This record gives sequence, structure tokens and C-alpha cells, in this order.
Amino acid sequence: MIPPAKHDPPRMTFQCRVGTNVFAVREALLAMTRTAPLADLHPDRRDLAEIVLAEVLNNVAEHAYAGGPGDITVTLSQVRDRLWCVVTDRGRVMPQGQLPPGTLPATAGVQLADLPEGGFGWHVIRSLTADLNYTRDQDQNRLSFLI
Amino acid sequence: MQLQTQTRPKILSVIVMEDRIDAASAIQFKEKMRDLTQTGDQRVVLDLSRVMFLDSSGLGAIVAVKKLLGPDRMLELAGLTPTVKKVFRLTRMDTIFTIHSTHSDALSHDTAS
Repeated sequence: MIPPAKHDPPRMTFQCRVGTNVFAVREALLAMTRTAPLADLHPDRRDLAEIVLAEVLNNVAEHAYAGGPGDITVTLSQVRDRLWCVVTDRGRVMPQGQLPPGTLPATAGVQLADLPEGGFGWHVIRSLTADLNYTRDQDQNRLSFLI
Repeated sequence: MQLQTQTRPKILSVIVMEDRIDAASAIQFKEKMRDLTQTGDQRVVLDLSRVMFLDSSGLGAIVAVKKLLGPDRMLELAGLTPTVKKVFRLTRMDTIFTIHSTHSDALSHDTAS
């Protein structure tokens, strides 16, 4: 797990609070992608980061807070050419206290009517991140990862 | 959610005029697509060349549209931007759609049907 060693240069950090609905999440993503450190990333990595953050934040809104009110705090820090992300919330704990496995729903040989319309999120998050870590401390969920 | 259509004898083209299909617009996208495809029996070509961002909700909505159209009416995709292509590839959804590099490529396949 990062954070980086002490000799690393000072890092650009951005922190914001996000509401728990899809519109608040979209607004937050747009704000983040316009601001350092996310805005300073290589465009390819920036796009991946936006996808991952969208999945993470919408998951928190939909599952941890189950559509109810609450706050999500996102802290983004630049670590060399990558982005260190910490997302905290005070919603419900993850099922069994751990991250979902992110198994991709089957598509091969599946009938049209049975094609999956969801269940992609954790596969996408796991595929695009490194050092993914989840902890539950008191009543707070904390998810951290590197993109 | 703004969608523009072009109707040809064998193809209905739907051009997404937004730069994102995300959790905030997925339901609206699906409903508008349902309205636009309620009549007619042409292949549907969805032009995604303006869409720079697609999350898993947006992807789910595109799959839902394919299911709405049923087995006898194709939904084909055209003009995927790199990020959108990446989402399709990661979720292996690129294997269940016919994907054309551009809208005009999709039209040139008209004779095939």
C-alpha cells in the first residue's frame, strides 16, 4: 500500500464531499476532472480514474447509503504519474465486511433475455486499480486504491 | 439526453448528442431509445462517437436496449471513443455487439442485410 516514502516531493491533494445521488456524483466527477491532481494526469489515466471513481461513488450512494442522505469524502493525491484515492463514507458496511469479488457476469452462450445489465462495477474497479484496500473502522468505510 | 435519428429503409441510426451516458442519464437514455424504436423493424445503429464517458450504468442501459429490441432486430454500435471502447472490452460486452469503427462503416454494411 502507498502512501509514498518521505523523500517524495510534496503531493498535490484535492478533497471534496459528495452527495449520495447520481447527479451529485456526476457533478463531483466533473469538478474532480477539472482540478489538479486529476486534471494533471495523462489523459488516458485521467479517463480510467474517472471511470473507477464513478463506479466507487455510485456504489457508495446506491449500496452503502441505499439511496438515502449522507456524505462521501474523496481525497485524491498525485503520486508521481499516478493517482492515490481515498474514499470514506459512514454508510453501511460492505457485505461480510469485505470487498465484493468482482466476478464478471457470464455473457458467452447466454440468451439475449438473460444478458447482464449490471454487476460490472467491481470487476471494472478491480481491473483498473492497484493496492485496492477496504477497512471498516467504527462506523466509517474507507476504500483506498492507486490508479 | 439528446438523441438524433436518421431513418433509412433498412437502418435506423441513433446519434447520441451527449458526451456521457452515466448513472445520472442511463434511465433516460433507455426510455428515449425505447420510444425511438417502438415502430419500425430496421437494424439500429447507435452512434457513440460523441460519448466520451460511459460507466457501468450506461453500459447496462445499452445492453437493456439490445434486449428491448429482441432477437430479430440488431443493435449495432459505431464510433466508440477510446474510453468507451475500454469499458466494453473490460466487461467483455464487446463480444455481444457488432461494433463498427465509424457510423459510415455501419451504413456501408447495409447490403449485408
